[in-house]
Amino acid sequence: MKAASLMRWETMLAAVLIAGFVVFSILSPYFLSVDTLSDATFNFTERAIVALPLALLIIAGDIDISVAAIIALASVAMGMASAQGAGTGGLVAIGLGTGLLAGCINGALVAIGRVPSIVATIGTMTLFRGAAYAVLGDRVLKDYPDSFAIFGQGYLVGPVSIELALFTLFAILFSVFLHRTRWGRVTFAVGANPVASRYSGIAVNRYRFALFALTGLFSGVAAVLLTSRLGSTRPSIAQGWELEIISMVILGGVSVWGGKGSILGVVLAALVFGLMTFGLGLMNIPGIVLSIFTGLLLILVVAVPALVNRR
Amino acid sequence: MSVAIPRIEGSARRDAVFAALTLALFLAVTFAFPGFATPRSVAGLLDDTAILIMLALGQMLVIMGRGIDLSIAANLALCGMMAALFNRAWPGMGVAPVLALSLIAGGLLGACNGLLVWKLRLPPIVVTLGTMSIYRGAIYLLSRGAWVNENEMSREFLAFPRGEFLGVSVLSWISLAVAAAFVFAMQRSKAARDLYAAGGNPEAANYSGIDPGRMQFLAYTICGAIAGVCGYLWVARFAVAYTDIALGFELSVIAACLIGGVAISGGAGTAAGVVLGCVFIGIIRSSLPLVGISVFWQMFINGAVILVAVLLSARQRQFKRTILEARA
Amino acid sequence: MHPSLLTLTDIRKSFGGVRALESACLELRRGAVTALIGENGAGKSTLVKILSGIYQPDAGEIRFDGTAVRITSPQAARALGIGVVHQECLAFDNLSVAENLFVNSQPTRGGLVKWSELRARATTILRELGADFDADVPAGRLSIAQKHVMQIARALTHESRVLIFDEPTASLSQRECAELFRIVRKLRDAGCALLFISHKFEEIFELADRYAVFRDGVSVSAGQVSDVTSDELISLMVGRPVSQLFPKAEIQPGAELLRVEHLCRAGEFEDVSFALRGGEIVGLYGLVGAGRTELAQVLFGINAASSGSFTLAAGTAGVALVPEDRQGQGAVLPFSVAANIALPNLATLAPRGWCSGARESALARQWIDRLGIKAQGPEQPVHHLSGGNQQKVVIAKWLARNPGVLILDEPTKGIDVGAKAAVHAVTSEFARAGGAVLMISSDLPEIIGMSDRVLVMRRGKVRGHFTRAQATSESLLRAASDA
Repeated sequence: MKAASLMRWETMLAAVLIAGFVVFSILSPYFLSVDTLSDATFNFTERAIVALPLALLIIAGDIDISVAAIIALASVAMGMASAQGAGTGGLVAIGLGTGLLAGCINGALVAIGRVPSIVATIGTMTLFRGAAYAVLGDRVLKDYPDSFAIFGQGYLVGPVSIELALFTLFAILFSVFLHRTRWGRVTFAVGANPVASRYSGIAVNRYRFALFALTGLFSGVAAVLLTSRLGSTRPSIAQGWELEIISMVILGGVSVWGGKGSILGVVLAALVFGLMTFGLGLMNIPGIVLSIFTGLLLILVVAVPALVNRR
Repeated sequence: MSVAIPRIEGSARRDAVFAALTLALFLAVTFAFPGFATPRSVAGLLDDTAILIMLALGQMLVIMGRGIDLSIAANLALCGMMAALFNRAWPGMGVAPVLALSLIAGGLLGACNGLLVWKLRLPPIVVTLGTMSIYRGAIYLLSRGAWVNENEMSREFLAFPRGEFLGVSVLSWISLAVAAAFVFAMQRSKAARDLYAAGGNPEAANYSGIDPGRMQFLAYTICGAIAGVCGYLWVARFAVAYTDIALGFELSVIAACLIGGVAISGGAGTAAGVVLGCVFIGIIRSSLPLVGISVFWQMFINGAVILVAVLLSARQRQFKRTILEARA
Repeated sequence: MHPSLLTLTDIRKSFGGVRALESACLELRRGAVTALIGENGAGKSTLVKILSGIYQPDAGEIRFDGTAVRITSPQAARALGIGVVHQECLAFDNLSVAENLFVNSQPTRGGLVKWSELRARATTILRELGADFDADVPAGRLSIAQKHVMQIARALTHESRVLIFDEPTASLSQRECAELFRIVRKLRDAGCALLFISHKFEEIFELADRYAVFRDGVSVSAGQVSDVTSDELISLMVGRPVSQLFPKAEIQPGAELLRVEHLCRAGEFEDVSFALRGGEIVGLYGLVGAGRTELAQVLFGINAASSGSFTLAAGTAGVALVPEDRQGQGAVLPFSVAANIALPNLATLAPRGWCSGARESALARQWIDRLGIKAQGPEQPVHHLSGGNQQKVVIAKWLARNPGVLILDEPTKGIDVGAKAAVHAVTSEFARAGGAVLMISSDLPEIIGMSDRVLVMRRGKVRGHFTRAQATSESLLRAASDA
């Protein structure tokens, strides 16, 4: 579980983070201002909020590629509801509810239908995103109540945005859940050996269902924040986010085989991501170059331990 | 003397049922829109599905070996851009070197995936996620973000896939040839049978002297080579090359494999099934505008078809141990 | 021409820190069947894997027909003329039987498989073996016994001069056994050297010409079968007289704790009825594939029965199962000893959800002492422990829950003699404290030594019910196989 190697990985991430800070502040005079950094957080908070439950899911041995599609679907649902005149409270309920429902569909496919999670979520990803396109086509929904904007655009205190505060709160909650409670322990067990877990009296399929539902719910949260920040909805919203979110999780040291990982690692990875995206943007380097680094980092994350173990 | 066609458990019946379903769908659409079954229309359908068929067959090899290739579309795009840039720089060299370049480049890109999975035993999903990003980014670096337009492509470059033979485009002929080769090879060649074994039970395969990792390496290399050639064909067919071509197409390819009966757990899948899966998706895509359903429903319907297909397959995957049924 | 076709001298093999073979010697003569005898964990399977090219020995020499050889891969073994029937079920469920027989050794021309020839040869071999299934059947549809026959057929697909059978009769019926023996004799008479690993002494004395005994990775004895008795063989295997092994205490049975009535699960077992009383150890014997593990899974709650019922007496704390596959089902190998023991006990260790490392360590230490688990501490990952100690951890985690009924599925398979004795001692202590034990085992001496009563299953049904006095090797074996 919490092997020494993991601590070393988190240290490495922290080192990369600090190094990145130093490099960017040298390269750009605008970098080290509080306002700039506060703006920077918006680059990753929404994705990182989804990375938290997804980390739990991957540690438990499953995967969910449909998270970005769930965000889109929830956003479209909220947009439609808003067009019908729903208030902020109702919109949040609909966003969260859609996400939860979508997560339950994933959970049902995997836990009851016995469909492997990668296959099920490829299917639901296409289904949910397809539903968003089918409903909205090439329209854009921009009709949101003013009070709705506070989630994505508001500040809690000083430079700390509501999004950042929420992310910090969730990160703490997830960390406590995963590393201190018995359900977190079960998550690791199910990922490390689902059969032995079942033979230890654990209702494995019920846990997996719950984790998918949780991931869906938090995708709904991200949808609320993102839609609130952008003030508009289109079916292509959050396109490509699933890969970035999964990359965040794997970069954070969570093993794709299941049974290993930490929330701290995911948080650090999310920070590294946000830093890189923002820093490169500040230097006018297009995002696609970042994706080369992301790809290389991903492969290094899994290759380095493999090479070390071969000795 | 009859040659026993080897049977992968349940697949022959599944393919037959699916073929019947596809035919039924085709007939249903034709019944409502007689214009759908004209030779011109069918040729167009083949043309639209040709690249998907070839990519799906390559992906099938990878999935059968218990891998997955998410980088297949990025591979295609990168090789397509390479082909376009090569052609822009040396238009007089004709199509043959372009084809060779695409094939080799795609094969090398696929081999990178294969090496990481074989030698380092890295999880295929992470490896191909990584290479997908790297290859996409490489397109940008190669082209500086600029497009290669139709007027920058030589006549032969553009004409090759569009040439017609018996009313069917060269592109379609290529995909038919590839499909036929796959159907033949999957049943007759030793390498393919070894791949089935390696994917079905890697441990037992080891005991029999087959290296499952090496089979995966070969699968990734072949898949990459196909993707490379399809890169040129795509760019030539659509007469444009830029960073984002075929963005997200890997999911359509994987979906076609899943609908076609390839099991994600490895060791099962037929070339015929995959081709049928592609044709099925193609018919749906072509018939939507006819039926008056906006193209925006295409994705949703695809998703529904995938889910139905995998739910049915998951059901089949229960081999009961027959203690009581075994005869004394 | 050497009388010995294959000789192994001083073979040594270690895995990590565990010494599987210390100084193994073996001599296989032409035209003779040699029986390799030894307890679970004595090194027999390791030796087989070395001979089949899957493992390489750390030291020692192998001579084939007088020449020193190195068997570097399964291909090399086959090229030398060594054929192996492994103990594990190595079937490709997704391929037909005919294909299974010729995996990686298909008749080919130019890289293409010659299907008609493949199928013809497969049909011939299957007929020779008297198999009751066709070459075209997908292997996934075969029963375990049939898959084993298929594996034997695979070993016969190429000309072998040395044939190795690793526990081949574990799941065969009487008739299938007779066919196998006939083939073995035919091969022997044709000049092959045959190695036969078996736990069943009747088979050894019926079939083998020579014997070799292994104990703890070392060859302790070899010779002619006609010169030795089964008691002498057992003593050689175990290193001490048999009676010392199973400290059986007489316990008065208490109240009925579990009643099973006409329990069925479609395709696996049917019409099973019996009762367990506190203080009893009931043995459940049968060949591989008889349905015992499936029964245990239903009683534990992994699977549901299709009809019939089983009831626990009121106030009983439930059914615990120590499963057959220690590493796959019993323990979470990357977890520590403490985490493994805690896993089924989280409700009591963390009643309001908060895990406490201190409490888990304390519990683990308690059991490390009680069961004599050899580990560096509660935090050591279980995959570093030996098989016997891993098994103790699995038992500990359930004993910590204080169940009413304890089901053990092959509890001493593959563990050393010392740990075996410890497991038996714990089981007896559990019964003495009032619990009921259902012990599934394929090890006749163990079943006979430990049980108060023995149930025998064959092909999904209970075929025999024996008291301690009635349970002998012959009576149990006869009930378990087709008479």
